[in-house]
Amino acid sequence: MTAPLLRVENLSTLVRGGAAPLRAVDGLSFEIAPGETFALVGESGCGKSMTALSIMRLLPDAGEIAGGRVELQGENLLALPESRMRDLRGHRMAMIFQEPGLSLNPVMTVGEQVAESVRRHTALRGAAADARVLELLEAVRMPDARRRAAEYPFQLSGGMKQRVMIAIALACDPALLIADEPTTALDVTVQAQVLDLLRELQQSRGMAMLLITHDLGVVAQVAQRVAVMYAGQIVETAPVPAFFAGPAHPYSRKLFASLPERAGRGRALAAIPGSVPRLDRDFAGCRFAERCDAALPQCAGTLPQWHEAGRDHVVRCHLYGSDERGVMSDERKPEPPTSPDSSLIAHHSSLLEVSGLKVWFPVRKGLLQRTVGQVRAVDGVSLSIAPGRTLGLVGESGCGKTTVGKGLLRLIEPTAGRVMVDGEDFLALRRRDLRLRRRDVQIIFQDPYASLNPRVRIGDALEEGLLALGVGVDARWRQSRIDELLAEVGLPPDVKSRYPHEFSGGQRQRIAIARALAVQPKLIVCDEPTSALDVSVQAQILNLLKRLQGERGLSYLFISHNMAVIEYMADDIAVMYLGRIVERGTVAEVMHGPRHPYTRALLAAVPVADPRHNPRGTIRLAGDLPSPLNPPSGCHFHPRCPAAMPQCREQYPGRNSWSPTQVAWCHLRD
Amino acid sequence: MPVRIELLWSDLLVWLLVAGLVGLALYTRKRPHLSAPWIRVGASASGMAAATVLSFFVLVGLLDSVHYRSALPSPGGKPAWSTELRSLLDRVLDPLRAGREKTYSAPLATHLFAKETVVLPDGREERVFPRLRHGGAHLADPEAGRWPDVATKAFRGLALALLLWFAAAIGVAAMTARSLGTGIEAAWRGIWGGRTPLQWRAVLCALAAVLVIAGPVAALAPYYHVLGTDKVGQDVLYQALKSVRTGLIIGTLATLVTLPFALVLGVMAGYFRGWVDDLVQYLYTTLSSIPGVLLIAAAVLMMQVYVENHPELFPSTEIRADVRLLALCVILGITSWTGLCRLLRGEVLKLRELEYVQAAQAFGVSNWRIMMRHLTPNVMHIVMIALVMDFSGLVLAEAVLSYIGVGVDPSMISFGTMINGARLEMAREPMVWWSLAAAFVFMLALVLAANLFADAVRDAFDPRLAIAGGRA
Amino acid sequence: MTAYIVRRLIYGLFVLVGVNVLTFALFFFVNSPDDMARAQLGAKRVTAEAVDKWKRERGYDKPLFLNEKMSGIERVTETVFFDKSLRLFAFQFGASDQGRNIGYDIRARMWPSLAVQVPAFVIGLAVYISFALLMAFFRATYVDFWGVVLCVLMMSVSTLFYIIGGQYVFGKLWSLVPISGYDGGFEAVKFLALPVLIGVIAGIGGSARWYRTIFLEEMGKDYVRTARAKGLSEPRVLFRHVLQNAMIPILTGVVVVIPLLFMGALITESFFGIPGLGSYTIDAISQQDFAIVRAMVFLGSVLYIIGLILTDISYTLVDPRVRFS
Repeated sequence: MTAPLLRVENLSTLVRGGAAPLRAVDGLSFEIAPGETFALVGESGCGKSMTALSIMRLLPDAGEIAGGRVELQGENLLALPESRMRDLRGHRMAMIFQEPGLSLNPVMTVGEQVAESVRRHTALRGAAADARVLELLEAVRMPDARRRAAEYPFQLSGGMKQRVMIAIALACDPALLIADEPTTALDVTVQAQVLDLLRELQQSRGMAMLLITHDLGVVAQVAQRVAVMYAGQIVETAPVPAFFAGPAHPYSRKLFASLPERAGRGRALAAIPGSVPRLDRDFAGCRFAERCDAALPQCAGTLPQWHEAGRDHVVRCHLYGSDERGVMSDERKPEPPTSPDSSLIAHHSSLLEVSGLKVWFPVRKGLLQRTVGQVRAVDGVSLSIAPGRTLGLVGESGCGKTTVGKGLLRLIEPTAGRVMVDGEDFLALRRRDLRLRRRDVQIIFQDPYASLNPRVRIGDALEEGLLALGVGVDARWRQSRIDELLAEVGLPPDVKSRYPHEFSGGQRQRIAIARALAVQPKLIVCDEPTSALDVSVQAQILNLLKRLQGERGLSYLFISHNMAVIEYMADDIAVMYLGRIVERGTVAEVMHGPRHPYTRALLAAVPVADPRHNPRGTIRLAGDLPSPLNPPSGCHFHPRCPAAMPQCREQYPGRNSWSPTQVAWCHLRD
Repeated sequence: MPVRIELLWSDLLVWLLVAGLVGLALYTRKRPHLSAPWIRVGASASGMAAATVLSFFVLVGLLDSVHYRSALPSPGGKPAWSTELRSLLDRVLDPLRAGREKTYSAPLATHLFAKETVVLPDGREERVFPRLRHGGAHLADPEAGRWPDVATKAFRGLALALLLWFAAAIGVAAMTARSLGTGIEAAWRGIWGGRTPLQWRAVLCALAAVLVIAGPVAALAPYYHVLGTDKVGQDVLYQALKSVRTGLIIGTLATLVTLPFALVLGVMAGYFRGWVDDLVQYLYTTLSSIPGVLLIAAAVLMMQVYVENHPELFPSTEIRADVRLLALCVILGITSWTGLCRLLRGEVLKLRELEYVQAAQAFGVSNWRIMMRHLTPNVMHIVMIALVMDFSGLVLAEAVLSYIGVGVDPSMISFGTMINGARLEMAREPMVWWSLAAAFVFMLALVLAANLFADAVRDAFDPRLAIAGGRA
Repeated sequence: MTAYIVRRLIYGLFVLVGVNVLTFALFFFVNSPDDMARAQLGAKRVTAEAVDKWKRERGYDKPLFLNEKMSGIERVTETVFFDKSLRLFAFQFGASDQGRNIGYDIRARMWPSLAVQVPAFVIGLAVYISFALLMAFFRATYVDFWGVVLCVLMMSVSTLFYIIGGQYVFGKLWSLVPISGYDGGFEAVKFLALPVLIGVIAGIGGSARWYRTIFLEEMGKDYVRTARAKGLSEPRVLFRHVLQNAMIPILTGVVVVIPLLFMGALITESFFGIPGLGSYTIDAISQQDFAIVRAMVFLGSVLYIIGLILTDISYTLVDPRVRFS
């Protein structure tokens, strides 16, 4: 092996601010060879972003590097004076960040922001610098680069902003690119474009890349070697093929087992109990020990050493010490399926029947604030859900899927349409009558931190629905009901008297579920209920939702952008694009036989947590989601559609049935 | 001597405020999420030092907010009450209040500031500095005896103050030891190492500073005019202490009186949006478009005319001055109301989109209840910050307004009237500087303490600002 | 954009109507013109004739809203409301209660006010921003810490003391400048130096600390980290990136006061004897000349609304997000 490009040795970083300093990074060591893509993977709060910022020496004011060495091409970065460090930043090492929307200066043209980097590190000035900027923007495949260079960040889409960030980073052909969650904030089709771009640039320029991500799929598609981080430490390092073929550390194994796409429908996911330990305390042994179901007696007391688990594959776990090698083979089988076979539930009549739902927001302009247009957030959506079934509503951000959920609850007043719940039209009800019917349909939201009022005790929050809807006889009945609900979502009854800030994201989401269940709804709208959670916690919540459905025969409208989660949860799927449903069918039909080009592209864009899966050759969508204010004529999808035909431009396609259950709105069949 | 307690309107509001604060403190104590920011305030050294200083001002203000009339000796059985309304503070400061001189005298002086023509026993007239009636009257030979006497008295006061301070410090250590469950010695070291959850070290340092100044002053005050006397011979120290209540009332009540409007309108505008929002916005744009000083001036002038034309409604000078003080608070409140309302509206606009509000809507919880239970409690930190941040500005504003002549009633002692009365004497040679200096020192101490405390409160209640401020 | 500004102008007009109604109510409903006359004339023993004469001389003898004695348009125009309130919209301020022409006074007194206010504003802004940038640049060091301490200390001193102290030190003790007074032409400089200096100093505490907070907030944003990741030096990050973004919130507070500079500085002008609109207002208040107070309230509101519109326009200059949408 050649000399490493980057060598991190025993790096420790503290973050001050709380009562005790947080050991965000604690004794981290790894190496990256020239031209290699090295992924650092872990859940939120494990210290992976702090590692990246420590290497760049760009820590926030509260952060401080407590010790260790970081060598770039043999030069110890931590010993350099700041001025020398500035010469290296953006020149030999560059970095791109998670939020492209926030990472660019909002009042400076993007061309100037790229040029700044060029001028800082090269002798290029004037026209030569401008030419270089254009070259860079073209290298990141910025459409219409010359015009875009003169625009401001707010005029660009998220994907384009991230391209600009990459162009800035590439300005001086760095030897190392650090990419901190580069695609997390992007939609899946745009993520696929950016990942392709990164992979190509890295290969064509022989640049090494430190990729920081929580997404095993991204690791599989992009990286060559991977390190798993847990609670400030690396617990496993391996080449990507070996890692995906056989993860060694119990934590890594659990991560894989909690991926919905790996579990298969009908099986409970392997969730990791508990949550990540706080990093302001001292650890004696293995940090994962208390959540590990294969823990040995010594795990709690002694820090495990590095053990070989294969070629270039090392793991920090006592199970791989010479004596206990056999233990891991005795892994627990996944839990038996918990949800009832969906075919057992008769779905003759539907519980929810939405037809022609429209939610338009007027756009006012001019002197008299006349309505000059309508943002058609939801533009004629029809769907139905049978009792005890789950409809997955999937689409990219801005497609209107959340508005559908809120519209049918009348949290946003729909413009037109019918929402029949158990035979009664929700939209025709008067406000007072609607209040009484609200108990039938409840909602669970995305952000567990915003879904509970920080000033209201858990017990009171759960009682609110019972009181508002007049459910229950007296206070004592309500209290016992709340105890039952908490038990049902796996929380002890003493939770009642506590306030939300004492709970983790996963626990809060359980409480939110209990709150929705309190009034015994028939249908729950789950609006991205797990997208703010780590994958292991997501597994807990998905298991809970499945179990509740099995026990109570609930129906779910499950809204998500995550195909794997939808595939795991839903019986039927509806795919939305720009306010309309473009394809609908059973889960098997849509996932394995998608008919609409958009569905196909969406499925192809999902990074698969398997390095053998070859993403090249699949469909890649160009461009971004158009504005729902001014949707393209004809089929809304035609400007991005690889199979667009002349008629697609002129006429919105009609309904095409492919099976009794599968319908697509596309001209391709005609 | 029998007394009759008589509450002025402002007294009533002050004691209501105190009761409210005590109630709030008891309510907060049991709720960790409410007491957490206050614990953070307690951990701020500057905040706690400021709070210590402020508590002395508050003590003075509260003493000055219990008014009574004393009984006059009356021949008949019917009790007659004095026409003079006094406060507990007046009683404490009785020697200062009663010890009137003829006109100006310098701090610690024994003679008047200006020469006067006196008739000597032998009938001759002479221009001399006459002896003061009260300041240093106990001295037989003021020329020789004054400074040694001052030094002894001051030293005695200092010694007493230090004794008091030690007692307080040991009390604090014992209390800390009990609450932390350690020995008293460990607690003592913890306090001086700044390791206690509440910054007792800062409290004790501030206490020491206050006592070191207050001790000698208190020891000297019965015998001398420590800060001199003003034009009509009134003790300046007495005036400065009386000004404290005026400043405190304006600083707190002005925001408090109009708080309900700001809160109700701000929350309603943010929650309902639409025409309610338009109306509220129109209202506060209109109000804030009028330059504040002019609006206050216009309103105060109008009130003056009203008072002059309706003398029957205001039986005594004290009551008239008090009503005018409250009216000033309301007018000041109205002009500062708009800023808070705008802030609250903006915050509620953000909060109403939060998911817990939508969850409540999904249960059909009434709008009124959502505003009461989900929105108002979550904007109270802004109200709290506004209250403490506005305080110092209002105290400063009072001085300026009283100077223009649209502040408190001229008969009411305040920092503004003190400065206004003293500034004309700037031109005198030698200068009469002590009234200005006293007003300056007292105001600076009050406003600086309020500003520091406000900073600590703001940092503790607003996590976003705490990040920006915490880097300092 | 034009449509937007026109809309703001119309809204401003509505606000002015509101201001007008409010002041009218304040001046004519709280106390009747008779009460005002009595208060002005001093004693309660004043005769009815004196009251009538006072009212007639100042035009308060007309009916408030509707003059039944007149016919046609004069039924409306020959009223107190029209004379004292609606005429303001045409900037016809009329005569003061002392009988002077207010419009003339305002035009004459505006220039000394501007002579104090404009330099104080420009120099002040430069000083505050520089001081705030200095503290932000040295954030988390002693420079910053003591800078903030100084700001809080300076905030805690009343303007009155800055003026009194300044007059004492510069005027009396060092005799550098005259204590008060005003003169036209070049001579004005020596009278203006101290008021301007004090105007700047009195504002340092509050403004510099506020700007520092804005700067620090901007410096915590992600794009600043991007700029640092490019290898840019700290001054360049501060001046090229932070300053430009921080100007947006700073403008909100600053541009709106520019038109109000016309109104003069109340306290400063009266202390220094500068014959500007500030001292004009103060004199009117102390003489209880309600006509002038009404005129100044209206003028102040007009200027404030102009300030709001200027703020909107200035956003388009510094914020491309507003400019292009």
